Amino acid sequence: MPITQRNNVVISGKPDGPAIVFSHGFGCDQNMWRFVAPEFEDQYKVVLFDHVGSGKSDLGSYDADKYASLSGYAADIVEILEELDLTKVIFVGHSVSSMIGVLAAQSAPERINRLVLVGPSPRYINDENYVGGFSPDDIDGLLDSLSSNFLGWSSAMAPVIIGNPDRPQLGAELTESFCRTDPAIAAQFARATFLSDNRADLIDLRQPTLILQCADDIIAPLEVGQFLHEQIPNSTLVNMKATGHCPNLSHPEETVASIKNYLQAANAV
Amino acid sequence: MSAPYENFPELLAQESDSDLFENAPNGYLLCMPDGTIIRANRTLLTWTGHDAKDLIGERFQNLLATGDRIFYETHYAPLLRMQGGVREIAVELTCADGSKLPILANSIMTFDANGLPMIIRTSIFGAIHRREYERELFLAKEQAEASKEQAKALAQTLQESLMPPSAPQMGRVEVGTAFHPAGNGSEIGGDFYDFFETATGDWSVVIGDVGGKGAAAAAITALARYSIRAAAITSADPATALGLLNDSLLISPTHKLCTAIYGRLQQESDSAHFRFAVAGHPLPLLVKSTREVIAVGQPGMLLGAFDNFNAATSEVTLTPGDSLVMFTDGITEARINNDFFEEGRVRTFLSNNAHLSAIELASQLADEVLNFQGGFAKDDLAVVVFHLS
Repeated sequence: MPITQRNNVVISGKPDGPAIVFSHGFGCDQNMWRFVAPEFEDQYKVVLFDHVGSGKSDLGSYDADKYASLSGYAADIVEILEELDLTKVIFVGHSVSSMIGVLAAQSAPERINRLVLVGPSPRYINDENYVGGFSPDDIDGLLDSLSSNFLGWSSAMAPVIIGNPDRPQLGAELTESFCRTDPAIAAQFARATFLSDNRADLIDLRQPTLILQCADDIIAPLEVGQFLHEQIPNSTLVNMKATGHCPNLSHPEETVASIKNYLQAANAV
Repeated sequence: MSAPYENFPELLAQESDSDLFENAPNGYLLCMPDGTIIRANRTLLTWTGHDAKDLIGERFQNLLATGDRIFYETHYAPLLRMQGGVREIAVELTCADGSKLPILANSIMTFDANGLPMIIRTSIFGAIHRREYERELFLAKEQAEASKEQAKALAQTLQESLMPPSAPQMGRVEVGTAFHPAGNGSEIGGDFYDFFETATGDWSVVIGDVGGKGAAAAAITALARYSIRAAAITSADPATALGLLNDSLLISPTHKLCTAIYGRLQQESDSAHFRFAVAGHPLPLLVKSTREVIAVGQPGMLLGAFDNFNAATSEVTLTPGDSLVMFTDGITEARINNDFFEEGRVRTFLSNNAHLSAIELASQLADEVLNFQGGFAKDDLAVVVFHLS
């Protein structure tokens, strides 16, 4: 099966433009970039995809051993870039995809030359002298929550315009549940994410990196953004006004502006 | 007839919209898109013990336990934003006294004239009993699955331990066997055979068929195999040994009928003698090197049925090139539509293949019968062949 099919890769924008890859985090799928990615289509070749186990990826390719750690997901990203023959890519990773991107960038530096990390965290569980935000019990609580909720969305519910009047056809399209995955896979992805520890991988990151830190984000709190900025050598930290963990959905204009400002400044150098 | 329906307009006029909101049979929250509560109805305040001033200005997700909060950020909020609504989300609200209230929540997002998120409307239903019931069901399901796994492992172990052994080397006599369980092999059947020495070079052979399938048949199969071994030590005479097997079966609390052939093989310089008795089982077939096929022995009685069991001991001699073929009725009773394989076809096959080795003859006969049935055995089939080269 081609990699592009396995990961439901969708390409849009300028065919010969520089490539920008958007990588979704734990919970949903590439639709998380619905309000952000199109804003880059005039200048860039925009690449969207689903991690294996999420969205419309090939569930048959899910391997519990491979995806028990983030490096399994990172390997897939490198494979996608190789299949599309992309180099000097800007990698935009939300949530856990931030660290997945860091790992991918280190294993394929010729393919990724700049990173944008949205709501990143290298470790979620508190440690000595480190505030990740959570205790192990909290992660168990999340697993309970996942097992109690199937998120079936009845297509009988009236389709609602989702806030983009330029694209009214989106209402009819969205009758599937974008945040519903095989419950066993969801639980395993949760573990791989929330039990991860990539603090040691930060210091060796060579590529210039933008860290977008949200206000009042329990999953990636302010201390974590600060920690990342201190650890990643060539990093820029931007504190957003957006609250919560998904500024790409809740505050797309600010997210887009923050990324574009950073990229413009980088190109001006 | 009086029509109470005429009072409808009056009844409705007494309901105020604000009362419908405040005292709804469910909790009701209005929030900003970022989750900040701007209004909570009285029902919710009553259920949670919170004052309005504690809730207004607080974010809905901050009222949830931490695990649920992560779920809110990663699933609830994105779905609400992307699809305009979520349904039946199970989470727990923190009450004023610190206790946790299990709830089900429905939320819808309203949008302004520009299509941008305006207000989240959330209905909240207490779900204490439903969640308890769900947890019990979930635990029961886990236990059931664990038991199922255990039972499967047990059945597999049992099945493996009862599988007929591979054919031993009996001096100059070559032994071939073939066994095919009924169906897909997931249920233990009743066919069995066994080989054992009562003294060095003094070989005993038994082949049999216990009626039925499953655990009861398996138990009798095991009993038959062990009993005949004990009987063989007590008596060198095959008919007497079968009589002792019959006694064991009659004593057993599980009642099953059984057919069998039991015999002892003796080897001379250039021949082999098989002394045997048959109990209701298809007669052994002697396949001469001349391709002649002769049934040997006397039919005898079923085992496990009667006190007055008796059988006759017979003897057959094999000279070089001869084969002796024993089988269960899974061979002769095999059928496709209304056509049975029957002894005629067995004899024809054996006559045409008299030159084959014991292993080849056994496996090819079994294959022939399987193919006849379209590849699917309705009953166990077993074949044991002796060949004197």
